[in-house]
Amino acid sequence: MDEIVKEFLVESYESLDRLDRDLVVLEKDPHAKETLGSIFRTIHTIKGSSGFLGFKKLEAVTHVGENLLSKLRSGVFTINPEIASALLAMVDAVRFMLGQIEATDQPGDKDFSSLIELLTRLNDGQGAEPRTVPTPEPSRVVAAPATSVPEPVRDVAVPSTVTLAAPIQPQALAIEVAAPTLEPSVAPSTPSSAALPSVSEDATPTVHEPAEARGGAVSDSTIRVDVVLLDKLMNLVGELVLARNQVLQFTSQRADSAFLATSQRLNLITTELQGSVMKTRMQPIGNVWSRLPRVVRDLATNCGKQVRVEMEGKETELDKTIIEAIKDPLTHIVRNSVDHGIEIPEVRRAQGKPEEGCLKMRALHEGGQVIIEITDDGAGIDLERVKQKALKQGLITAEQAARMSDHEAAHLIFLPGLSTTEKITNVSGRGVGMDVVKTNIEKIGGTVDLQSQPGKGTSLKIKIPLTLAIIPALIVTSGGNRFAIPQVSLLELVRLEGEQANQQVEFIHGAPVYRLRGQLLPLAYLNQELKINTETQVETAATNIVVLHADGHPFGLVVDEINDTEEIVVKPLGKQLKGVASFAGATIMGDGRVALILDVLGLAQGAHVVAEVRDRSGLEKSSQTNKTVDSRQTLLLFEAGQGSRMAIPLSMVARLEEFPSAQVEHSGAQQVVRYRGQILTLIRVSDHVPAITKAVTENEPMQVVVYSEQGRSVGLVVGRISDIVQETITVKRHSHGNGIFGSVVIQEKVTDLLDVPAIIRAADPLFYSTTPPLKAAA
Amino acid sequence: MTDSKQYATFFLSNLFLGVEVRKVQEVIRYQEMTRVPLAPNMVQGLINLRGQIVTAIDLRRRLELPPLPPDQLPMNVVVRSDDGAVSLLVDEIGDVVEIENETYETPPETLTGVARELVTGVYKLKERLLLVLDTDRTVSLPTGYKKPQLNEN
Repeated sequence: MDEIVKEFLVESYESLDRLDRDLVVLEKDPHAKETLGSIFRTIHTIKGSSGFLGFKKLEAVTHVGENLLSKLRSGVFTINPEIASALLAMVDAVRFMLGQIEATDQPGDKDFSSLIELLTRLNDGQGAEPRTVPTPEPSRVVAAPATSVPEPVRDVAVPSTVTLAAPIQPQALAIEVAAPTLEPSVAPSTPSSAALPSVSEDATPTVHEPAEARGGAVSDSTIRVDVVLLDKLMNLVGELVLARNQVLQFTSQRADSAFLATSQRLNLITTELQGSVMKTRMQPIGNVWSRLPRVVRDLATNCGKQVRVEMEGKETELDKTIIEAIKDPLTHIVRNSVDHGIEIPEVRRAQGKPEEGCLKMRALHEGGQVIIEITDDGAGIDLERVKQKALKQGLITAEQAARMSDHEAAHLIFLPGLSTTEKITNVSGRGVGMDVVKTNIEKIGGTVDLQSQPGKGTSLKIKIPLTLAIIPALIVTSGGNRFAIPQVSLLELVRLEGEQANQQVEFIHGAPVYRLRGQLLPLAYLNQELKINTETQVETAATNIVVLHADGHPFGLVVDEINDTEEIVVKPLGKQLKGVASFAGATIMGDGRVALILDVLGLAQGAHVVAEVRDRSGLEKSSQTNKTVDSRQTLLLFEAGQGSRMAIPLSMVARLEEFPSAQVEHSGAQQVVRYRGQILTLIRVSDHVPAITKAVTENEPMQVVVYSEQGRSVGLVVGRISDIVQETITVKRHSHGNGIFGSVVIQEKVTDLLDVPAIIRAADPLFYSTTPPLKAAA
Repeated sequence: MTDSKQYATFFLSNLFLGVEVRKVQEVIRYQEMTRVPLAPNMVQGLINLRGQIVTAIDLRRRLELPPLPPDQLPMNVVVRSDDGAVSLLVDEIGDVVEIENETYETPPETLTGVARELVTGVYKLKERLLLVLDTDRTVSLPTGYKKPQLNEN
């Protein structure tokens, strides 16, 4: 393809994105003069170039558009939704034709005559709302600005209302905002001028554009570079960093001062070069965001909703590859918000919300990562509906549905197959689901988190690492192998000397933890996680714990040795190894050997130190994993009065809850509480187990064990929960009745096992629709 | 359309295998490898090839053949795949041979198991059979490969 055509395409595509944005701005603010001027100029340029290059069809469409825009600019018309839609349709047509030119060197055969007709009609004042009757206008016009605009606004002539419906005030303010940027040379204030058209025509041509609207014109100090060339540059710099690392290794072995000095210089230069090259690839996220207002507008119009977009932090810079990767996910998230989140105006009004929904997008740098937040003030996620859908599609069981927390339920939308792509036509053209969004973001090493409040709105938080290629890392050794841990995940290092380790590493239901400044830190042993067989580890001198955080949760990774920090070049692993969750890539160390880079999140999930459930029912998961190791049972111990304890098998516990006794209400003869939208019947174990005194169960707040069976739940009020233990139990003595199943020995003490089904049946004979077989200690 | 093709050949156990020569980047002797814990069985490790990290696949394991005796070190046949360079670990390197197309045949029925998936065809040479390997399939994980499930999660 011709160089000139190529340039024309590149520039035009850029302009079109800007056009989309500008038209949406203009629709909301019909008197944004600079925007209008910018739009006009852009179309004018495209028209000119297409004529020059012989693309007649393109020229024709843009020509009519330019005429319409000219009338808008001179104030003959004011933009309204009809005109805006027509202009946006024109932008789409231009985009389509540009695509055709790119593919086939010609604008293509698609017939745009109906579009041209529409634009012409609007041009002639039919279908739009022109100022057909000039005479009544002047008085109204004069009156309005005088009352509502304190300072004489230059372009008063294109004042408040042509579109009779719109209120005067907001637009007057808009004019005020626009005013300061008007050049003084614009026709002097003529607030009382009755000759409107002429004045307006004088005013507009010399409207001054602020730097922002000039957009493309600020390209004198910039230069276009092929992305392929930048990638090559990045690779070369990466190789240079590796070579520099190797040189540095040698310097530590020699005492040659001249060599040292030179290699230090090399070090400095390489670091600077690396930083600068990375910067070349950084683009402001605003580039991706710029197309979103249009997407929102179109979708909102289609759905009959009103949505406004607010953007904060659009100068935040990201590496180009990351921008490419998040483009589609962001679009999809935004579409989801408008489609499912924001309610229609009537509903919003009924809820006391402003009819116009608000979609806020925020981007910022934080600790080596980019955080992108998308928040809407819509209806939030309908958790029940999501759960039902997941149930119907067999993605979760009824039990899981009953037990999951709201946070987990909200995250169900990331399950494949759960996405609800309903009626809307593809403005963005991809039709991806939320599961693909999550996958794409995780592919570049990022995370997605979701918070939702029914009735209030939904907020999505995306965290992405700043750079992918060269990162600082901590090198550790374990099992004879070296591994690199990205510094971005590193919190601190803890070293326990010899005996300290045995004392300070505690075990909570089988899982090792370390108390770090009062906080319990789950531990994972790298050698175990990677199944590296080390020859029998004699009690080594010290235990090294690397405190990392995965997905916001800290945990400790125990390694054999901690080496040093280095800048490493991240090389991706081949597809054969992509499935190994523990590794994020590999790197070449200074001595030429390959070291694997740990994927902190993958490792944490594999070690189950990052609970995906936030509430205590997560205990059940880990108790189940331990079950496969040996035949132990996990038991919940609670106080039963007089220093004795009783136990309930944890497998019977759906959740542990606490309720202030003030929350207890009465329903008939039973005590109940409102729990997760339902009514939970309470059973005090002291009422059914004579061995437990009533006082024991009167704690503040009440300790309640929620037991679920076939979708029905009941709350057992027990004594103060003291511990959860894992024991291989053998029932020593079977009792019958009195709510006790039998006795076991736990931690050297005789403990009674509660017969939960019996107690429940005693309290509520109808709880079990069929009598369940009495399973031995469940 | 030429009547013959060139193949880079190598030996694996009692098999004589070949790969289209244009798919081969290079052939080098045994390189020190970094093991990858938890990797699929066929991945022997990673090697540093002039700054490139190349995955090394043990062809014996891939074809479900018994491993080499511990004192024998394999050779590397580095092939090009759509994912980058991958090294195949073989017993010994053979010559680059040019073979007439007419001796080409589809794999015999007697070829079973994994080999059937990976061998695209056979050349009947004077003394032996040359099995032609499909490099793309060879460097991919076996179909139906399941990650070892630690716990449901």
